[in-house]
Amino acid sequence: MTLFLEQVLNGLQLGVTLFLLAAGLTLVFGIMGVINLAHGALYMTGAFVMSSVTMSTGSFLAGMLAALAAAAAAGALMELVVIRRLYRRDHLDQVLATFGLILFFNELASILWGRSPLYLNTPPLLQGLVEIIPGVAYPVYRLAIVAVGAAVALLLYVLITRSRLGMLIRAGATHREMVGALGVDIRLLYTLVFAFGALLAGLAGVMAGPLTSVEVGMGESILILTFVVVVIGGVGSVRGAFAGALIVGVTDTLVRAFLPGLLRLALPPASAAGVGSGLASMSVYIVMAAVLLWRPGGLFPAKGSRA
Amino acid sequence: MSFSSARGLLAAGLLLGASLLPAAAVAQQPVTIGMVTTLSTSGGYLGQDVRDAFLMAIAEEDGKLGGVPVRLLVEDDGLKPADGRQIVERFLKRDNADIVTGVIFSNVAVAVAPSVLAAGKFYISPNAGPSDFAGEKCDPNYFVVSWQNDSLHEAAGAYAQELGYGNAFILAPNYPAGRDALTGFKRFFKGNIAGEIYTKLGQKDYAAELAQIRAANPDMVFHFLPGGMGIDFMKQYVAGGFRETTPLVVSAPSMDTRIMGALGDAALGVRSASHWNSDFDNPANRAFVEGFEAAYGRTPTAYAAQGYDTAKLIASALRAVDGDMSRQADFRAALKRAEFDAVRGGFAFGANNHPVQDWYSLVVEKNAAGETVNRTTGKVLEKHGDAYAAQCRM
Repeated sequence: MTLFLEQVLNGLQLGVTLFLLAAGLTLVFGIMGVINLAHGALYMTGAFVMSSVTMSTGSFLAGMLAALAAAAAAGALMELVVIRRLYRRDHLDQVLATFGLILFFNELASILWGRSPLYLNTPPLLQGLVEIIPGVAYPVYRLAIVAVGAAVALLLYVLITRSRLGMLIRAGATHREMVGALGVDIRLLYTLVFAFGALLAGLAGVMAGPLTSVEVGMGESILILTFVVVVIGGVGSVRGAFAGALIVGVTDTLVRAFLPGLLRLALPPASAAGVGSGLASMSVYIVMAAVLLWRPGGLFPAKGSRA
Repeated sequence: MSFSSARGLLAAGLLLGASLLPAAAVAQQPVTIGMVTTLSTSGGYLGQDVRDAFLMAIAEEDGKLGGVPVRLLVEDDGLKPADGRQIVERFLKRDNADIVTGVIFSNVAVAVAPSVLAAGKFYISPNAGPSDFAGEKCDPNYFVVSWQNDSLHEAAGAYAQELGYGNAFILAPNYPAGRDALTGFKRFFKGNIAGEIYTKLGQKDYAAELAQIRAANPDMVFHFLPGGMGIDFMKQYVAGGFRETTPLVVSAPSMDTRIMGALGDAALGVRSASHWNSDFDNPANRAFVEGFEAAYGRTPTAYAAQGYDTAKLIASALRAVDGDMSRQADFRAALKRAEFDAVRGGFAFGANNHPVQDWYSLVVEKNAAGETVNRTTGKVLEKHGDAYAAQCRM
């Protein structure tokens, strides 16, 4: 039972990381109708800037602030230079252009930081273990990730449902012509939303830095899962992204942890381990297919969206 | 000497060797060697060490191997089998490569080796040794200088057995070499297996696996997570407080100098089994380690040692045929004789063209200078081949 709880906690941790990425992606897709494959590059930017600034200044906080600023700036620049030209183009053009951005950012990162991964230690304040479930010493840093993710989710909820900016974002997702007709500077709104999404992706990168290696191409592997989250949650819906992220995070972790053991009851141990891990990597896609069969627009489709 | 200037020097040496060719008494065509290796991703340092050691062997002879001028083409497969395959097709069709080498990861190896063999060229691996080509599907033109995958982990299994552990938790990525690893470990470890997990190749977060290790409460953990995967796993292992409770016994790729560098003091006390270590006291190895440190400013890994041995093996065979690659049978026989001074000490090929060699136990310690190093403590297996040689008919 404690093992199950611990794995749920691990799943939540993956879930909130995915949520930070998916929130930006789903807003950009929902509001501007742009498929941004280069969203993972912003995650990578956050992680790299965080690692190098922390290593040179010795301060985790400085690294984090620099990384958030860099990711938001990279996002704004990306919108101004490239994405802005893609709003009226079809999805194929967007995919091609943003795929090009992936190559550009990866190459830039290898020029700036080299092809060897960077490794960062956990900040001293967050080192150590805490016995949150009886008998299980859980790393404080991982708990901090869950806490930050939950806080950001709450903040986003308040921002989107209670603030004027949030109202514009919601309106933009469903009735964008009308918002423009009412005299809102749509171009500025788009740049802001894009930079904000980039900031969240950068935050996810910052939190991943001390946990895993920071390397060129780290954005792509996680982006695939992020797209699954967006599709499950319903395109354009931040609430959907939150639900989808937790579903994907917990499913992926639990299936990976327990399926091989269950298969061992039916199969010889050697093949159970192999088949189990194979099936486990498929599990989130199976969940996605099931959700789409049940609700083709995702769990919380944004009202009036074309997806 | 800085890293880049050393590289520049080597490149200059290569160019010089090439430019002198027309002046040679016999108008000898250089032998083309295609190196497809992994230079990017978190496994990129493996290929970099193989490449750099190979270049060093060529530079020692001013652009030649075994007195024969060579042209080395290096390409990065990015740990993608499909990319590796395209590169090899290019080597074979456009560049007329006579020898293909460099492959690091077994999933790339199983994708590229068949093309090389079908073209009637030589495939000489400096690292990957998947079981696929060690048994019934062995080939006269297929050589592995490093080890057959299983035997690398058989040595770790034998070492864990020697240390007297009774309950081991084992994990490896779900790809050919990962499956070979767990099979190999279990072949020589006679204790109980508390749990067995296949992770995703390239996985970065091991929280779920660590939770299972905690729940299974084993005496020890064996893992085969080469390159950056191992660094991520070890960092999380230490952060999760496992170092104090559960010792590690691993195979060489899971505790190389790069991993030690990234882990710092957290690596102390980790035991591993290896066929080579930088402290081996034979003339060839002393010269190699000194030369590599002087040229590149870093301690070589076992990958570098394998790359260097691969170059020296090729040199010995090229010398035997005087660079005439049309003498295929003679070249093949010379490779098989393996008449070169391997930096790991003794070296011989078994019936399936995979090494028969000694395996040693290592432990991570601080040396007199305060650096974290692997120290050789003893011999685990002697003249050890692999489990598949008996199935090979050539």
